[in-house]
Amino acid sequence: MAVVKLQRPKLNFGEKIYFGALIKGFFLTMTHAVKSLLGKSAGAESLASSGLGVTMQFPEQRWDDHLPEYYRGAPALVTDEQGRERCVSCQLCEFICPPKAIKITPMEIPSDDPWAKVEKRPLEFDIDMTRCIYCGMCEEVCPEQAIYLRKDYLFAGFSRAEMVHDKKRLYEIGGVRVGLVNKWNELK
Amino acid sequence: MDLLQIAIIITKIIVLTFLVVLPLVPVCVYFERRFSAVIQDRVGPNRVGIPLTLLGFKKDFHFFGLIQPIADGLKLFLKEDFTPAHVRKVFYWMAPVLTVVPALITVCVVPFGSPISLFGHCEKLVIADLDIGPLFVFSVASLSIYGITLAGWSSNSKFPFIGGVRSTAQMISYEIALGLSIIPVLMYFGELNLSNIVQQQADHGWLLLPLWGHDADHTLTSKLLFWFPAAIAFLIFTISIFAETNRMPFDLPECETELVGGYHTEYSSMKFAMFFMGEYAAMVIGSAMIITLFLGGWSIGFGLDAYVAKLHIGDFYFGGFIHMGCFLTKLIGFILFFILVRWTVPRFRYDQLMKLGWVVFFEAALINVFLAALIVAAPELKTAIIGIGAVLLVVLTAAVIWVAKVSEETPKVLRA
Repeated sequence: MAVVKLQRPKLNFGEKIYFGALIKGFFLTMTHAVKSLLGKSAGAESLASSGLGVTMQFPEQRWDDHLPEYYRGAPALVTDEQGRERCVSCQLCEFICPPKAIKITPMEIPSDDPWAKVEKRPLEFDIDMTRCIYCGMCEEVCPEQAIYLRKDYLFAGFSRAEMVHDKKRLYEIGGVRVGLVNKWNELK
Repeated sequence: MDLLQIAIIITKIIVLTFLVVLPLVPVCVYFERRFSAVIQDRVGPNRVGIPLTLLGFKKDFHFFGLIQPIADGLKLFLKEDFTPAHVRKVFYWMAPVLTVVPALITVCVVPFGSPISLFGHCEKLVIADLDIGPLFVFSVASLSIYGITLAGWSSNSKFPFIGGVRSTAQMISYEIALGLSIIPVLMYFGELNLSNIVQQQADHGWLLLPLWGHDADHTLTSKLLFWFPAAIAFLIFTISIFAETNRMPFDLPECETELVGGYHTEYSSMKFAMFFMGEYAAMVIGSAMIITLFLGGWSIGFGLDAYVAKLHIGDFYFGGFIHMGCFLTKLIGFILFFILVRWTVPRFRYDQLMKLGWVVFFEAALINVFLAALIVAAPELKTAIIGIGAVLLVVLTAAVIWVAKVSEETPKVLRA
């Protein structure tokens, strides 16, 4: 290996006695202090600061409006325009889920149901939010476009059971999603 | 000594130590956190307050997070007080106390304000009006070295030990510069009583701001001439106080990157809090000393002090309390300066620290003593003698700088 000899920088007298740098440093820190007190720190505007530094103060102020299109929040199930649950219990998301957060219990649709030809729907659909890593693989793998990552991100609970989203809760978060796959709709 | 006097002394101890200086410690911590936050474009702790929303009200009271230190203290108090099995129990328990107590003892010579008087009874706002003020502070404050050293040694673990050794070396080294640097000040005032030093500054201008109260003994020229040694002394003293209190940029005894937590690595709960408290109390006392010696102590300045001292309601002369407010304002200001330094200046290397103490400050303080002596004695000396003194001083300075330069180790060239 080639030896590289490093030369220490030659300092002149002013640099050696260090005071110039100290004063410069004081100016730097004080400028930051004054600017952040006035809410004029660099980047305060683009970060939607609370008026003190660049920080947004969370419970009162939220970043929700600034969330990007591709933001991955909580996974949720959606229904289509007829109010049919899109999920057909193929369990692909359950298999792909890296942390194994999804648990599906399939159920056969009875023959007298208007959607009988769909054949299956989930009886239970649980997503354990203490496990979910918001990777979005379930959304990617779903052939029915039934599961989506929404922009909700505030989930907290006092027990593990509270942190498991069941089917009802998942549909609550997901809501209706229209104009996607329409293969089960006979009218179209 | 009658009962009234004892009662007055006890009242002063309780009020000044436990109601003025000790609460300043959490205030320091609060300022440290908020000020550093503001410097770094953050917000800092601004939430802890009275949670009225829990009781069904619409809004919480935050008080800008001023209650945060209480929450911090409560947290430390409620934490598990863990004593590792491998420590030397007696010294391990003694060490935190030895860091806090000396810092609080030194409070007793700090003059907090001008005398107040009630019903013709005049009382100085200082616990013990000793005639050896600064010496007392140095002698007692240096006891806190024992606390840190014992903490490092009794923890029986390598990082605390290194921290303890470092702090011993550092604090003893800087005590020399600390003591030597104020000799010019003491020469100028001809006084070791801190109350009288402050009174002189109130009458004839602060040491670093001598702009009022000129008379035959205190001419403006002599005061301005003495400003230079005073400024050097102020610089050395202030920086030495930083080293003495183990504050940034000299906090090598506890530098986290090298020594985990330094001498208090093995401490938890309230014992750790006591180190913390001792450190901040030392900082408060250090600032108080700097203010008292160089920045006029409780004096408001600009010739207003005599007027304030005369303010009274009937028999009650309350000017002292106004002066006390002034002193505390200056104190907080200086503490903010301490904090600003901490968040501005990066940490020194240990050899740089030692070199700064022994090679730079020790010599500079010595030369400063001679310079101050020359300036103080100048009015009574003949011009020729002053000239000779000045030449000697220049030669001495040059010699010291030369020796410092020659003795500086040049890195050996390993291969040509």
